[in-house]
Amino acid sequence: MKDAGFIIASYVVTFASIGLFSFAVLRRSRSAARDIRPEDRPWS
Amino acid sequence: MLRTAKTIAAKDLRIELRSRVIANQVIPFAALVMILFAFALDSDAVLERVAPGLVWLATIFSVFFIVARSFALETADGALEALRAAGVDPMGIFLGKTLALATQLIALEAVLVGASVVLYRADVSASGGVLLVTTAILATVGLASVGTLYGGLAAGAKGRETLLPLLLLPVVAPVLIGATRATESAFGTNGIDVSEGWPWLGLLAVFAVLFSVVGAVAFGPLVDD
Amino acid sequence: MTTRVARDRVTGTPFTRGLGIVTIAGIVWLVIFGLFVTPADVNQGETVRIMYAHVPGAWLAYLAFIVTALSSAMYLWRRTRSLTWDRIAGASAEIGVLFMGISLVTGSLWGRLTWGTFWTWDARLTTTAFLFVTYIGYLAVRNLGGTHHQRARRSAVLALLAVLEIPLVHFSVEIWNSLHQEASVAGNTDVTMDGLMLFTLFLGVIVFTLMYVWMLLHRQRALTLEDMLDDTGLDRALAARRTEAGVS
Repeated sequence: MKDAGFIIASYVVTFASIGLFSFAVLRRSRSAARDIRPEDRPWS
Repeated sequence: MLRTAKTIAAKDLRIELRSRVIANQVIPFAALVMILFAFALDSDAVLERVAPGLVWLATIFSVFFIVARSFALETADGALEALRAAGVDPMGIFLGKTLALATQLIALEAVLVGASVVLYRADVSASGGVLLVTTAILATVGLASVGTLYGGLAAGAKGRETLLPLLLLPVVAPVLIGATRATESAFGTNGIDVSEGWPWLGLLAVFAVLFSVVGAVAFGPLVDD
Repeated sequence: MTTRVARDRVTGTPFTRGLGIVTIAGIVWLVIFGLFVTPADVNQGETVRIMYAHVPGAWLAYLAFIVTALSSAMYLWRRTRSLTWDRIAGASAEIGVLFMGISLVTGSLWGRLTWGTFWTWDARLTTTAFLFVTYIGYLAVRNLGGTHHQRARRSAVLALLAVLEIPLVHFSVEIWNSLHQEASVAGNTDVTMDGLMLFTLFLGVIVFTLMYVWMLLHRQRALTLEDMLDDTGLDRALAARRTEAGVS
């Protein structure tokens, strides 16, 4: 494939950033949840 | 409301007359920026071409300091909260602070245009002068109302000095573009005729009207607690 | 004495879990179609494959910013004032900034291949860059401190101002460029797409939108937890330290 480097790079940038962001969100909420009882969460 | 505005503006200007923070610190800063631009660009031909942009860039940099100063006065002793608690019309506060800010900016711009005539060999004809004054007034109204609005937004918060430029710079881009183009034709940079500058004033006018109206409306909910 | 919470999915519900699985499957599908199944474009060649990641990303950023503006308006409107709207606005803006950053990067990679330059001062690009910076400022304002309602009011006003500034910046850059007489590179991008390519692009938009919903739900709930922690965290931490001291 011509220009494969650029094309792959754009896919990697996209999905790696999304993955990192999601991971950070989940980790932060987990550490925040440590001090909050599960029954206080409005969505569960 | 107008009486409140006048009182607030007079108060801010009186503080400035007594403390001379803008006159002794901000205006020299802006002039220094103009001189440093000359060092950095290091060519009379280039300087002549970019002089209008440098004038407005230096103005916008100075806006941050003036706005920060303007709201440092209000938040230092909780003056803004006291005003609100006393039932002073927020629209009046906004207009008053904008007016004081605009007056200080006009003084600053006069110095900067003078500096560019001296340092960058800018030429102003009579008809160019009319265009230049109109441009300065419209741009100043826009800058002052945006500055007051965002200054009020960040007032009293920690780290607002560094936050203000980040918030303001993208917003004032249209003023920078419009005022620079209009000033280019007022200076006759690159042989642009004076008549080509007038259409840009439309952009400046839209900006000034939009943000003074929005600012007057939004200022109340912003500082209200 | 710290109570160990089991590693449950804190901000997850059966719905988000299902959505997450569907999204991941969609991403795999999109990557396979985008990189291998679709043909090369007549004009752009293989470069068009970047579009399957770029266009949905840009679309998502704009969607996220619109959601931010709408929920900010919902917060400011007295009858629907609720911190939930504020948190939706904040979560959406964060996701929007992420996707706008991604699409700026993928866009300039595409531009390097197609136009030979990473960046041009075209109105759409410049407006996008300003929008990106503006929402970074918005996120900074959310972190200024103060009460939750102070944060909500400040950022809601700012979000509405940001929406206002989009057409203004766009318009001013457009007329600025018209005087600059630069070679218009944005003109030669009209692509004639065949069915499969169009389908893949459409698939990308759908997959990214599902991903957005998943991220928004999680981020919004995480913000709720953080706000609750702000409200009660101090008392709870103090109580915990006290019992700790009493026990030992």
